[in-house]
Amino acid sequence: MVLNIERDQNRFKQIVRGAIRRNLKRYITRGEFIGRRGKDYVSIPVPQIELPTFRYDPRSVGGVGQGEGESGTPIGAAPGEGDGSGAGNMPGEHILEVDVQLSDLAKILGEELELPRIEPRGRKNIIQEENRYVGINRVGPDSLRHFKRTYKQALKRQIISGSYSPEQPMIVPIRDDLRYRARKKVPGPTANAVIVYMMDVSGSMEDEQKEIVRIESFWIDTWLRSQYRGIESRYIVHDTDAKEVDEETFYHLRESGGTRISSAYQLAASLIERHYPTEDWNIYLFHFSDGDNLSDGDDESCVDLITTRVLPRVNLFCYGQVEGRYGSGKFLDMLADRFEGIDRVSLSRIEGREHIFNSIKTFLGKGR
Amino acid sequence: MNLPPDLEQIRKSVWEDARNYGLDFYDTIFELLDYDQLNEVASYLGFPTRYPHWRFGMEYEKLAKGYTYGLSKIYELVINNDPCYAYLMKNNSVTDQKLVIAHVYGHCDFFKNNLWFSHTNRKMIDQMANHATRIRRYVDRFGFEVVEEFLDSVLSLENLIDQHSPYIKRREKKSTDESVPGDRVTVPKLRSKEYMDEYINPSEFLERQRKRIEEDRKRKRRTPASPEKDILLFLIENAPLEDWQQDVLAIVRSESYYFAPQGMTKIMNEGWASYWHSKIMTEKQLSDAELIDYADHHSGTLGTRPGVINPYKLGLELFRDIEDRWNKGKFGKEYEECTDVEVKRVWDRALGQGRDKIFEVRKIYNDVSFIDTFLTREFCEQHRLFNYGYDPSSGHYVILDRDYQKVKDKLLFQLTNLGDPFIYVVDSNYENRGELYLYHRHDGIDLRLDYARDVLVNLQKVWSRPVNLETLVEGTRRLLSFDGQEQKERELEESLQLQF
Repeated sequence: MVLNIERDQNRFKQIVRGAIRRNLKRYITRGEFIGRRGKDYVSIPVPQIELPTFRYDPRSVGGVGQGEGESGTPIGAAPGEGDGSGAGNMPGEHILEVDVQLSDLAKILGEELELPRIEPRGRKNIIQEENRYVGINRVGPDSLRHFKRTYKQALKRQIISGSYSPEQPMIVPIRDDLRYRARKKVPGPTANAVIVYMMDVSGSMEDEQKEIVRIESFWIDTWLRSQYRGIESRYIVHDTDAKEVDEETFYHLRESGGTRISSAYQLAASLIERHYPTEDWNIYLFHFSDGDNLSDGDDESCVDLITTRVLPRVNLFCYGQVEGRYGSGKFLDMLADRFEGIDRVSLSRIEGREHIFNSIKTFLGKGR
Repeated sequence: MNLPPDLEQIRKSVWEDARNYGLDFYDTIFELLDYDQLNEVASYLGFPTRYPHWRFGMEYEKLAKGYTYGLSKIYELVINNDPCYAYLMKNNSVTDQKLVIAHVYGHCDFFKNNLWFSHTNRKMIDQMANHATRIRRYVDRFGFEVVEEFLDSVLSLENLIDQHSPYIKRREKKSTDESVPGDRVTVPKLRSKEYMDEYINPSEFLERQRKRIEEDRKRKRRTPASPEKDILLFLIENAPLEDWQQDVLAIVRSESYYFAPQGMTKIMNEGWASYWHSKIMTEKQLSDAELIDYADHHSGTLGTRPGVINPYKLGLELFRDIEDRWNKGKFGKEYEECTDVEVKRVWDRALGQGRDKIFEVRKIYNDVSFIDTFLTREFCEQHRLFNYGYDPSSGHYVILDRDYQKVKDKLLFQLTNLGDPFIYVVDSNYENRGELYLYHRHDGIDLRLDYARDVLVNLQKVWSRPVNLETLVEGTRRLLSFDGQEQKERELEESLQLQF
């Protein structure tokens, strides 16, 4: 038998990658597949891969099915629609959903944005030992008892000793039969980079602005993950006060009230000082806000915090000012003024979704 | 044969049973493959040697993913060839293998005896390998990307064939109309007395006749003279192509024709194979110990989901229904005209013609005629068939009704022309500018326009000159065009006068 599937499969993957590359800008502005992320894969709708043929619209054809149900009962997706083909009446809108490895996606992003590879700060990766329950032991706590192995052992013993009868298949394990799961220490890579995301959730930040933050964070995350063996993410939200939250809350929380940016920097700084010693960690700070800070006095405390407690420790401090309907604050200009020429500070103005692309480039283009 | 001895023994025994039931097939060569190899072969639609193309890789990704997630599993693959080839999954249980082998012999019998397969190439395995060699040679000569790009274009036209053409003579004989172009058209009049003439041959009638004749003449000067459905053939003969491109078109076309009968008999073929695996298993092969495994596998194969017609199930039940009806004489004028439901239900003339009938059906029917002839109102009700459609307000497909006639119409519509729209080439010199003009014979359902526009792009690459497609969009007649630069679309005042 001659089979060439590997060749054809590779060619297919190559074509998919090409299509993603061509459409990257569109993906970045839409963020439509952030929700379709698995552990290592992301499912991406890629247009124009499938070979077009003259055909009917399945929606207008309908079909015949079999089974119970009144008229009006929904029956789920029709055959052939399983691939989530979106309807679209524009040329080239037919869509195929493809699983792409996140590392591949990061590579494409890197190539398209011409992002430099990050040179981790001159430290070794931290290798941490990790427990994996892969072995079997004769002793152990009851909570780790391996039922199947114990049973097998007892069965074996009873058959050998002749005390097993097929008519009355009763298996009674004795002490000697008991088997337990045993742990083994496996050295594994561990996180050596941490990203602290901070977002202004005050009343002036609207849903659209948060969506922009969400999309941009996804891409930043994807890129940084491809650069480090392990990565930790922390999330901080703030209005006049700051608190640490989980990822879900971070993107969905909506508060009202004013903005005191220093509160977030304060919290971030103490978080870093407490958990992430500079010699072991590559540290990234991203802050998104509409730039409407409470007072000039608070601006000053921000500058102070950044200079004394943040910059000495981080690889990169990024501030993205997401402009909204209410115009934008002057925080960005203020920072630009104070930190001009400092390599570790990266600032960008995001006026809308179409600016996400450039903003990512600004943030990550420094290769730090 | 490379089956291990235990399977070989099973095969022999199933073979004997199948023969005794009257099944008739070519020699069948079995091969055992692991799931990965089976997925590979399946991606190539059963042929391990095919030309290089990424769409097979795409298919493979889909199958491999489905298998990994436990969504789909292929038990076997059978190739219509002489000898037949059948691929079995290595790690199937013995019971499964027994069932699958019986199923395979059902398919093989169908391939050999069903009329619609009578024109297929029975040496297709060799032919496919030959195609692959030719295409690889073009790749070496002209470069991978050049050939791939052309293949991409051609493959998007692969369904533009006339799958009935192997069985009939389509092309008109040479025209007998010997009039020279430019001759004045003389309209033949109906015979009449002079004073009746203006009533029998009114001037508007004559005018209509004259137009028709002129249109006829014009048509005959057109290429093609009448609408042609085998667009691939038309392109091979008329498109300005290099030799290798012509050959690639011919290869794709020949493979399309080879696979067409399988599409035309999906329900019958699977039904027939399932009928025989269940017959052979339950009457001959099953041991007591295997019953549960068999029942599990069998019901898995025949299970139905609400939105999908399972061809295995529908085909099997129809064959059984036919057998039962012909055994009891539940057909013909007397039965049809009987209005007493109870009498009809217990009707039994003890004819015993069932077995003969189903063998006849498997010989001369295809899915369209099969459903049209044998899907009865009673069957439709008993098997709870329904008609579904898309409900834009909820975004779901919902059950519309269980009306027998509508269900049958919908089913036939989906089977006709393999479920694809009817597209003809009607003119290759449209507007006297060498443009290609395709015509969509509208059957009540619009085309998917995004696909259609992309097909035009591919078609234009083959034809070189601009290409046009006439179709109906939401009731208005429109002409989609692509000239190699941009897509255009305009409303048409009147349609071409076509004779199909």
